[in-house]
Amino acid sequence: MTNVLFDVPGPKSRVRHRIYAVIGILVVVALIAFVVYSFAQSGQFTSQKWAWLEYSQVQSDLVNAIVATLEAFALGAVFALIFGAVFAAGRLSEHKWVRRISTFIVEFFRAIPLLILMFLFYFGLPTLGVDTSPLFAVVLGLTLYNGSVLAEVFRAGINSLPKGQSEAAYALGMRKTQVMFTVLLPQAIRAMLPTIISQLVVLLKDTALGFLVTYPELLYYARYIGSQGVFGRPIVPSTLVAAGIYIVLCLLLTALATWVEKRNRRSKKHIETTDNKAEQAMLGNAAGGGFVGGA
Amino acid sequence: MDVLLDNLDLFGPFFLRTIELFLIAAVGSLVFGTILAMLRVSPVPVFRAVGTVYVTVVRNTPLTLVFAFFVFAYPLLEIVKIDYFTAAVVSLTVYTSAFICEVVRSGINTVPVGQAEAGRALGLTFGQILGEVVLPQALRSVVPPLISTLIALLKNSTIAGGFSVAEAGAIRQYISERGDNQLVALLWVALGFIILVAVLSFVQRSLEKRWSVAR
Repeated sequence: MTNVLFDVPGPKSRVRHRIYAVIGILVVVALIAFVVYSFAQSGQFTSQKWAWLEYSQVQSDLVNAIVATLEAFALGAVFALIFGAVFAAGRLSEHKWVRRISTFIVEFFRAIPLLILMFLFYFGLPTLGVDTSPLFAVVLGLTLYNGSVLAEVFRAGINSLPKGQSEAAYALGMRKTQVMFTVLLPQAIRAMLPTIISQLVVLLKDTALGFLVTYPELLYYARYIGSQGVFGRPIVPSTLVAAGIYIVLCLLLTALATWVEKRNRRSKKHIETTDNKAEQAMLGNAAGGGFVGGA
Repeated sequence: MDVLLDNLDLFGPFFLRTIELFLIAAVGSLVFGTILAMLRVSPVPVFRAVGTVYVTVVRNTPLTLVFAFFVFAYPLLEIVKIDYFTAAVVSLTVYTSAFICEVVRSGINTVPVGQAEAGRALGLTFGQILGEVVLPQALRSVVPPLISTLIALLKNSTIAGGFSVAEAGAIRQYISERGDNQLVALLWVALGFIILVAVLSFVQRSLEKRWSVAR
């Protein structure tokens, strides 16, 4: 916090803050105790409900489910990055029609809920006689939605680059495509890497939507295990385990983003972009869709 | 067009349900998210820690999983019985509040320190400074990202359809039971959302113009 809303507390306020702290801790502890108590009361902590974690078959199935989640994530991430780069370049094109089409596509896919997109590809396409699979629907949905968001991120990154970069490249006699793909985009990606990675966290979380189109990923498996009578229907434990795994995966990605940002700042190749401008451009352009959100 | 006209009895109420879900969850998350943001800037370290842990955990959990918890697991705990619609409202509010909190907090950071200092010089308490000086200015400056978060909330409300709430995300299922074309139905649903998002974007732009603070 650079912004300090309160003075350094004096002796009196220190005492008061300590009282607040005690009350705060009591309230939090009471809440947690209540939740744990209701868990225990309804038998969620009995060994039978957690026994499933000890079976090697379940463990390997759980690993498979995580792999399926990561597979959807990896495919979605790669395609979304490509989609984003192409349409960011499209929106910055000098040809009006390319710009218009790119803008339309990007705004279109940002306005439609991701789940509806996945439904379209999973339930909709077969009515046209096109074969689909859950993985195909999930990856295509992730690509189109997150790719559109990434396109805006790339565009903001390119707009934040100093004008001299493209001017110098043109002065060297480069063509427009060369300027875009060899000079501007690499620098924009570097500058926007932390934002790009946080969008990838959103993408990772969105793979859980695959559950609703029967893609056998982590949440789907948690639900499956939770419905098994053999283990006493451990839906609470399995949901908690799945949540833990998702949180760890996302935090790992976030840690990567922080690390990249620090490394970027030290790097000699780093050029001072007008960061503020990039951020403002992003906030302003977020109109069509949820930059900050994602499911 | 036929799919829409033949099933108007579905589209109408279901989209109204979506809007209802959105409005309730939006008010809930705005209130709860602002409280969280106040916790995160408070002078008491314990309050700050509580806010930080909440935001970190919730922001890294998929919304679908939050839904799964409140629909499948929560009823087993036998605390207070809630129906599917309430479960959806709770899930959306719990999830969106974390994002609202971060937006409001970034808004608080845009308010010059001098404002709080002047408040302190006048002898205002922390609560007064936050409630009467800082937050009103902060909220005005974050209208665009705040509404973007609400747009995300609107789109996320479709997930409720996957968990037995009769809203727009569930139209497809009913259409397929009636034997109509699902693809066309889904395209109509998509169009409905494009219109709703456009309305919110319009609100965003007009509020931005009216409320933008000259600094």
